[in-house]
Amino acid sequence: MQVSREELLHIAKLADLNLKEEEIDTYLIHLQDILNFANIVSKAPVENLSETIGENDSYNVFRKDEVKVFEDNEALLQNAPEKERNMFKIPKVIQ
Amino acid sequence: MEITKLTVHELQEKLKAKELTITDITKAYVDNIEKHEKDVQAFITPITDEAIKNAENIQAKVDSGEIKGSLAGIPIGIKDNICTKGIKTTCASKMLENFVSPYNATIMEKIEAENMINLGKLNMDEFAMGASTEYSYFKKTRNPWNLNTVPGGSSGGSAAAVASNMVPWAIGSDTGGSIRQPSSFCGVVGLKPTYGLVSRYGLVAFASSLDQIGPITKDVTDAAILLNVISGHDEKDTTSVNKEKVDYNKALKGDVKGLKIGLPKEYFGEGINPEVKEKLNEAIETYKKLGATVEECSLNIADYALATYYIIACAEASSNLGRFDGIRYGYRTQNYESLKDIYRNSRSEGFGPEVKRRIILGTYVLSSGYYDAYYKKAQQVRTLVKKEFDKAFEKYDVLLTPTSPTVAFEIGTRSNNPLEMYLADICTVSVNIAGLPGISVPCGVDSKGMPIGMQLIGNKFAEETILNAAYTYEQEFKFREKYNPEFKKV
Repeated sequence: MQVSREELLHIAKLADLNLKEEEIDTYLIHLQDILNFANIVSKAPVENLSETIGENDSYNVFRKDEVKVFEDNEALLQNAPEKERNMFKIPKVIQ
Repeated sequence: MEITKLTVHELQEKLKAKELTITDITKAYVDNIEKHEKDVQAFITPITDEAIKNAENIQAKVDSGEIKGSLAGIPIGIKDNICTKGIKTTCASKMLENFVSPYNATIMEKIEAENMINLGKLNMDEFAMGASTEYSYFKKTRNPWNLNTVPGGSSGGSAAAVASNMVPWAIGSDTGGSIRQPSSFCGVVGLKPTYGLVSRYGLVAFASSLDQIGPITKDVTDAAILLNVISGHDEKDTTSVNKEKVDYNKALKGDVKGLKIGLPKEYFGEGINPEVKEKLNEAIETYKKLGATVEECSLNIADYALATYYIIACAEASSNLGRFDGIRYGYRTQNYESLKDIYRNSRSEGFGPEVKRRIILGTYVLSSGYYDAYYKKAQQVRTLVKKEFDKAFEKYDVLLTPTSPTVAFEIGTRSNNPLEMYLADICTVSVNIAGLPGISVPCGVDSKGMPIGMQLIGNKFAEETILNAAYTYEQEFKFREKYNPEFKKV
């Protein structure tokens, strides 16, 4: 499968990434190389085989819904790029 | 006595016999960090002064009888994608350059409960994506056996720090070979446990269905000791398995008589360097001499496994790394007006090229129109890989392969060609796809003196089998008595 420039830009947008003009050409070549290589999976004898979803056979893992209070707000907020009082600060969302 | 050359079990004996104190040991390691770190560059955040203070504290508590336990005061190094409360966890990324975790990973709780001493956070490929540690945002770690070559990756800092005696042992993580391959390149022992044996809580996620934390050590006995510490069920990781605790030390019997070893012929083919093959063949002869039965077999998946791995790992990474948006933690761009600008510009400026490449590939294989051809197909191949291994383990106890097709390569020779870099993982990825345990043990050096690793693969939760097989070989071959890194600048 040939990856077009438009497709690459569409994928980058989905992934919330900007690509610089000089990055686009390199990424196109690399993506194409890797996909050509990855195409080998289409030749694998997997008819009638189910998909592996997750590594364990366990399906749902339940536990009691108990409230555990995490009190170290300061440690959490020290990683905030911008904060005001005890809140994470972001630009205005509702115009 | 050169303290830093001792293994952890040797240090334990010296402590017990009161020939050494905890402070002596930590000081010796701190001195060695000062001596070698300028050449090796294994640490992102070394913790030296505080480590000495900790050592003095722990020594006092041991002397007063407040602390008991045979690992009290033993130093350790930690890969920088394991959350350590109050100490930076950067994942070798600009994105997390200043991130300080508000909590400890479960394995850190266990390590701290033993009163071990953290000597620092170790370098890695950014978000564990790479096979050479060259994709670290901060620095390139060098292989102590030849400073012009890579230490392997992604746990390259951990393997290089153990090999250069800057830490007695270290924690790594392995998604497609990231413990085993650097251990092979650096001439140390690396164990990737069965998926679910060690809690992943607090390990920054790369590919959640493949990631596993494990030990990188000087010898197999130390690997068993450290696995004893970190393994076990954890409510905080729903994929961790609730099974009875095993004492892995007891598995080291030093006897492989009757052990059935399979040699999957697909892993001894053209792509494997002849010198690597030669050393593997010598190891195979050793096993025969020790009474194991060795037989060629076939794992008809080798061609598909690497492609399957990169599809699944990148798909999961594209989802896992979605959390880095510049809001609650991590890098935030200076250049924004809207919320969308924060997301997009922070990610574009905060992630390095290999991480972006994998996010794009992962988004592509999950996107409408390509999902069936790539992701769904890969998940089916994953079932095939498991079935092939199941078949092999009906006949054999252990599968033996090279850990890597080559020895450590020169810095800069592969970093611009991602596909070539991916090929470094060809012998290790299928173990993660099937969730099996695998260990890399040194089995010799090539004509230039660079270490070669042998991989032993076991069935699910058969850590005891592969540890014993590795231990028995190690006792016979005695790699550490014959070879030592010389910090060559060729």
